[in-house]
This record gives sequence, C-alpha cells and structure tokens, in this order.
Amino acid sequence: MITQRLLNALGGKVLWVAAILLVIAVLVPASNLLLPVGHPLRVPNYMVALLGKYLTYAMLALALDLVWGYVGILSLGHGAFFALGGYAMGMYLMRQIGDRGVYANPNLPDFMVFLNWSELPWYWWGFGNFWFAMLMVMVVPGLLAFVFGWFAFRSRVTGVYLSIITQAMTYALMLSFFRNDMGFGGNNGLTDFKDILGHPVQASATRATLFAVTAIALAAALLVCSAITRSKLGKVMVAVRDAESRTRFIGYRPEYVKLFAFVVSAITAGIAGALYVPQVGIINPGEFAPANSIEVVVWTAIGGRGTLYGPIIGAVLVNYAKTWFTGAYPELWLFALGGLFVAVTLFLPKGIVGTVGDWRTRWRDRRAISAAKIAPSGTDDSSDPPKVVRARSADPAAPLGASKPQPAE
Amino acid sequence: MFSLSDTPLWPAAFRAVRMFVLSLLAALLLLAPARAQSVEDLVRQLPEGSFSDRAAVVSQLAATGDARLVSLLEALAAGDLNVVEETGAVVTLSGRGDPLDATDALTGEGVGEVAKASVERIRVNNSLRRAVRAAIGQLTVMSPNRNTRLSAAGAMFQAADPENIPLLDEAIAQEDDDGVRRAMEEARAASMLRTEASADDFAAAVDVIAARGGRASLGILTSALPAASDEARPAIEAGIRAIENRLALLNVAQNVWYGISLGSVLLLAAIGLAITFGVMGVINMAHGEMVMIGAYTTFVVQNVIRVSFPGLFDWSLAIALPAAFLVTGLIGIAIERGIIRWLYGRPLETLLATWGLSLIIQQAVRSIFGASNREVGNPSWMSGSFDFYGIAITWNRFWIVLFALAVFAILLVVMKRTSLGLQMRAVTQNRRMASSMGIRTPWVDALTFGLGSGIAGLAGVALSQIDNVSPNLGQGYIIDSFMVVVFGGVGNLWGTLVGALTLGVVNKFLEPYAGAVLAKIFVLVFIILFIQKRPRGLFALKGRAVEA
Repeated sequence: MITQRLLNALGGKVLWVAAILLVIAVLVPASNLLLPVGHPLRVPNYMVALLGKYLTYAMLALALDLVWGYVGILSLGHGAFFALGGYAMGMYLMRQIGDRGVYANPNLPDFMVFLNWSELPWYWWGFGNFWFAMLMVMVVPGLLAFVFGWFAFRSRVTGVYLSIITQAMTYALMLSFFRNDMGFGGNNGLTDFKDILGHPVQASATRATLFAVTAIALAAALLVCSAITRSKLGKVMVAVRDAESRTRFIGYRPEYVKLFAFVVSAITAGIAGALYVPQVGIINPGEFAPANSIEVVVWTAIGGRGTLYGPIIGAVLVNYAKTWFTGAYPELWLFALGGLFVAVTLFLPKGIVGTVGDWRTRWRDRRAISAAKIAPSGTDDSSDPPKVVRARSADPAAPLGASKPQPAE
Repeated sequence: MFSLSDTPLWPAAFRAVRMFVLSLLAALLLLAPARAQSVEDLVRQLPEGSFSDRAAVVSQLAATGDARLVSLLEALAAGDLNVVEETGAVVTLSGRGDPLDATDALTGEGVGEVAKASVERIRVNNSLRRAVRAAIGQLTVMSPNRNTRLSAAGAMFQAADPENIPLLDEAIAQEDDDGVRRAMEEARAASMLRTEASADDFAAAVDVIAARGGRASLGILTSALPAASDEARPAIEAGIRAIENRLALLNVAQNVWYGISLGSVLLLAAIGLAITFGVMGVINMAHGEMVMIGAYTTFVVQNVIRVSFPGLFDWSLAIALPAAFLVTGLIGIAIERGIIRWLYGRPLETLLATWGLSLIIQQAVRSIFGASNREVGNPSWMSGSFDFYGIAITWNRFWIVLFALAVFAILLVVMKRTSLGLQMRAVTQNRRMASSMGIRTPWVDALTFGLGSGIAGLAGVALSQIDNVSPNLGQGYIIDSFMVVVFGGVGNLWGTLVGALTLGVVNKFLEPYAGAVLAKIFVLVFIILFIQKRPRGLFALKGRAVEA
C-alpha cells in the first residue's frame, strides 16, 4: 500500500529512468575495471570520464527543468550555480595538492604564491575539509539563488526581464572570476588536481567511482524533483507557471513557491558542478559564460521541458553530438547547434519526449477509434475514444498543456 | 593756412620717415656683407680673430635668421665647438679617447673621425657668451616667425633657466602677439621661480604659473615650494591648490567625455534593440550579429573601394552606411518572415531561436571571412585628435557621438512623424484593432524588425572604426545593449538614450577607482538591483498595455 503510493508519487517513467541510471552506475564502472583492456565490451577510460561529464550536464539540465519547465522561470544563468559548485569542489581539490605544487608551498596554492600572496584569504579557510567543502557546494549556490530570487521574485520581475538579469548575474560573476584579485586563480582557474579523499584523481578506480557517484546522484536528484513536482506544491508550481496572477488572487504566494524551486534547482546545479570538476580536471571562469547557460536551455528544450527525464536525454544527446561534431566536423558544430535551437523552437516545442508522447497518444487514439469501429455494438462505455483523450490531456505531468500557450509577458 | 610746423602730425610723420630711411640704411649695411657671405662662410670665420671679432661674427650670424644656428650657438656658449685645423671645419666632438667622432656643427651631419691633436677648441669669454645669448634670443624669441617664437618660449618654460630672464624681458617688451607674449611671460615666471627674486616678483610669477595650469605648472610650483621664503610660501600653496582644483575639474570633464563616448557606443548598439525588443517585444539575441554584419559590410565596401576606386576612400563610410542598412535590414526582414513570426507571444522561445541564429551567423561569417580580426581603415577625417579646453578628443569618438545622436533623432522622427511609425505604434499597442483599421500587420512587423536590424547595421559601421572587426564583435555588445534597454525602460526611445548615457558615464567614473572590469561588474550589479526596484525600467510605460 505504502509502496504503491510512493511509486505513484514518483511517477512511472521517472522511476524507469532512475532505475536505468542506477544500472549504468554499476555496469559502466564494472566493465571498465573488471574487463581486460581491449575487450569489446569494456568501456574505455576516456569514455568513463566523458559519460560522467554528460551525466553532470544532465543533472544541470534537470535542475533547469525544475524552474523552467514547472515554474516558468527561464534562467539564463544556471551555469553560474554549476560553476560555483564546481569552484567549491575545486577549492577543496586545490587544498589537497598541499606541497606538491610547482612552488611546493604547503599553505598556498601555486597561483597565490605566483601573485606574492602571503597567506590564505579568509574565504579559503576550511576548504581543506571535505565535508565543509561539500556543504559549501550546496550552500554557496543556494544562498546566491536565495538572495537573488528573494529580491527578484518579491519585486515581481518576471519573464524576459528575469531571463536577462539572470544572464547579467552570470556575466558579472564571469568578469569577477576572471580577475586575479578575486583569489580564484583568475583566467586559468583551478586545475592540476592530485587527490580526492586521499585517492589520486587520475586513477581509473577513482574515475569509475566518481562516475558511479554521479549516476546515483543524478538518479537521486531525479527522484527528488519528481517527488516535488508530484506533490501539492508541484501543482501550485505549475499553476504559477501557467497563470501567476490567478494563483496569487486565489491566495497563494507565488514568490515563495518560485523561491523554493529556484533554490532547490540552484543546489542541484551546484552539486552537478562539484561532480563535474574532478572528472574534467579543471574549473575556470569560462564556465560562467552566458553562452554556456543558454546551451543548457537548449538541452532542456530538446529533451522536452516539464518532463524531468526529457532534459537528461536532451543533455546526453546534444553533448554526444557536440563531441562527435567537434571531432569530425569542428566548423559545422555551431551550425548544427544553432540549427537545433531554431528547429526545436519552431518544430518541436515540446521537445523529443513531448513529441514522442504526442505520437503515442495519437496512435493509441487511432487504435481506439478503429477498435470502436470494429465493435460498434460494444456495451462498455469506458472505451469511448473522447474520454481517453480527455484523460490524457488532464495528465498533470503533460509538458505545457498543448492547447494552452505560455502567458505572453 | 597749413604750415609744416603747426600741425602735430608732421613731426611724427617726419620721424617715421627718418626712422625708416635710417633703418633701411642700417639693414643694407648689415645685410650687404651677410648677403655676400653665406652662413657657412660666417661659421668658418668664427675661430678667427679676437673675442670681439667673434662677437661681431655672432651678431652677423644672428642677422641671417637661420634656425640651424641655434644649436651651434648653444654649443659655442657651452665651449663645445671645435675647429679642425687642416680644413677649418667647425665641428662638435663626441666619443671617447682618440680619435673622436666629429659632427658638423651647422648641419648636424657626421664628418668622420678626427685626431684629438688636429682640432682646437673655440674659446669663449663672458662678453662673447652674452653676445651668443642675445643672438640665440634673436634667432628664437625675437624671430619674425610667430611659431618659432612660440616654440622658443615653450622651450624656455621647460628649461626655466634664470639666465633667460633678461632676454625674455626684452622679447616681451617687443612682442605684439598676445598668445606668444603669454607664453613668454609664463617662461619668464618659471625662470623667476628659480631665482632669489623679491617677494613681489615671486608672487607675481606664482600667479602667472597658477593661471597657466596643467601638470607642468604643478611640477614647477611643487619644486619651488621647498626653497621658497616664508612670505612666498602661502602664495605658492594657493597656486598649487588652484591648479589641482582645475586639474580635478578637467579630469571630471574628461571622464564625462569618455562616458558620453562610451554611452554613444552603447546607444548605437542598443537603439536597434529598443525597436525590436522595446517596440515589438521580440528578444533578438542575434542583434549583436547584425552589428557584426554591418561592420563586415564596411570591410567589404572598403575593400572594393581600395581595389577599384582608391580616390573614394574618404567616402567609404558614407557608402558603407546605406549598404550596411540595406544588408542587415533585409536579413532582419528574412529572419522575421522565416522564424520570428511563428513565435509571437512566446518571448522565451524567440530568445532561444534567435540565439541559435546568432550562432549560425557567427559561424557563417567565420567560414567566409576567417576567424581573425579584419582590418577596417579610418578615413583621414576620422583619425587624429583635437584639444578642447584641455580635453583631448579623438575625431573618431567625436564623430561617433554625433552619429549616434543623429541616428537617434532620425529614428525618433520616423517613429513619431511618419505613417510607418504610426502604424508600428498602433500594431504594438493593439494588434487586432490596428488590423481592423486596415493596417497590414504582418507587413508592419517585418518592416519594424527590418528597421531595428538595419539600425544595428549602421551601428556596425560606426563600431568598425573603434573595435576589432571579428566574428565575435556582436557578442561583446549584446548583454550591454539589453542592460541599456531594460534600464532605460522598454518601449521608450528616450529611456534608451538616457540609459545609454547614464551607464556610459557611471562606468567611466567608476573606472579610475575600481578598474575597468570591476566598474563593469558594479554597473551590472547596479542594474540587477535597479530592476528589483523598478521592474519596468527608468521610464516605464504607464497603462494597461504593460500589465502582466
């Protein structure tokens, strides 16, 4: 009984995706570590790191979907939360280098020695401790999102205005992190990591573990987001998305609903960034670039927003395409990405998942109609085709009700 | 009756005639030998005879007015002039040991090496030095050429040599050009501050220097301060304060100018956006790429001109303006017809689609023109700078400010005074009503978008003069442009003007204190906070049209 309700609360398809992720979390590292090199089924080392990167991107897209797909906040600055989480992780990894840096200074990272700093700035204190760093991975993006959202949502900054100021936020952060005086390595960012929790970052066992942790974290994030969107709060979120003023008049406080979703989303993005950094081996201010954040939006849009698992598919597909294109036809990649933006907004407004869902619905309806034609004398009213259609469109997880356009700003 | 003696006019006239004749005679007497003897011959006579003979030669030299003599005479006064005994050439020597490198004292050309034993120094005494100094003065501060006098006075100001004071006094008494006299007085004052002059002279000199202003004057006063007597000190301190205040004021004015200049660039980049975003409500992320295409159009036009009509180069920008407007305007119309019209009422989707377009356009330009920066030349009337009350203004910035204001004014007229503008405003305020009144709304949409894009192209022509023309040109402006439009208030052209200039000036005022990057960050943070306070910008449209 309780299990059944839990399953309902989490949603069927989401559960499937989470299960697949967990299977991947076991299979990929196992094949990488256990099978001998050269075995056809072995996942090579570079592929483990690459897949791990895709999964962190998928988590970022999932975070964006929570605010964009369910509350209608198009954040063009989610890369900022991702990068902040990444920097928190990077700071921990920098502290683990200890005296193995080029300058062999036990207290200061190399770039600080290079800049003639004599002691560690206060905001680096504590980052030698893993658990403190992990706390900061969530607290820093969460706090930024809280402060930013608190002001923005209370002032009822909505729609494109909000998009533009989120873009300004990440742009400002990028400029700040490019400065050497900020104490985050300036242009070069943080890199040359050695250890994580005492294990060498480059070792294949560490990489495999990191991959497993990423896949599990993504599955967990997916389940958490699904639980949120299927709760009563999730219904209010959708209400805010579709008719904010009406929701306010009914008596809800849309700003708090938005703030909650925004902070949860930022924390998820921060965790994704923290998982990204050790697998990629570098974090630099380029991650704050507004273009990156906009790219995240297209992953989400291609996968299908308002579906939670769609963005995961979108992120992996687009990034795989990017890897392939930049290897095979580097000059064509931007054409392809730009074309994707245009094509998806014009022809696939619901993304891959939504469109496939539409096809399936249409196919089922057609089958139901033909079935009704074959057996016109049937007494059971429940196979009445219009009813099926109505039940479909009432699905709360349906991406942005097809008949109802998003309110124009 | 007239008599020669009872009108006062006659004696004066007579005296004038007499003076004229006498001076003519004197000039003839003086010039006759000078004509006969060239400057070179006179120089060769310098080593000969007694000190007084040399003084006579020096005054003859001064009468020739040859500017090359100044350095020769200075070398003579310093005792650096030598004569080569065999050839009689007058040279200055440099280098060490033996032989030495010889340089012709008059022409400044090297004449090879000479043995130390074969040269003899031309000796000077104090009376000869006085004659030399007078001759230098005659060649410089008393030269008939105004510019020579002015630059001589400037050089004496820099040198601030007390020995120049008598010469300057004489020159000031004769000077009838106000500007040159002021320069001489300043030079005299600067020299005076180095002497043990009386308190009154000192105070007068301080006043002159303080009135001159500028960093050089500040340096002179500051260096005079430690040696000054107690009664002179307050005057100098007051002078320093006065100069510092003026410099601070000038600094402010310079910053305002830089701010206006930056603001006009922002205005140019944002004003097209004010049409597409502000009037139509379409977020055009490819706006920056329209600017970039405008800049590349300039590049292409200039190339065609360089190859085919080199004489027209100064007109290249004037030709590029309509070309860029047409190219980007047509591309804009194509974008509107092809993509944006399917997305009205879905601003976020428009944003994504146009962002995708911007990527495609960037990559296309990169494929066609290459990824590196392209050289766009400045026509002659856009290079160089001029001085405006102590503020250095470069011509290209100056023209861009004027151009931005002109574009703004034209756009305002189009929006307020033409039927197209009327239709645009009607469609944006109430599309269905406008349609019912017979306005072809799809047509108006396309033209509006084309206009906005065309103006971005015009901005590109201007920006090609001050920025690197590369495929990334537009990206640098897109966020700034949005900030300007949002800050100024959407749908309000005046807001865009005020927003652009405000952000430009604020940015430039923060820069000296915070550095360029931090200033930009502050401005961004300020805008983010500002939007919280006034979500609809500085000049928000009132009424139901903008209610969410």
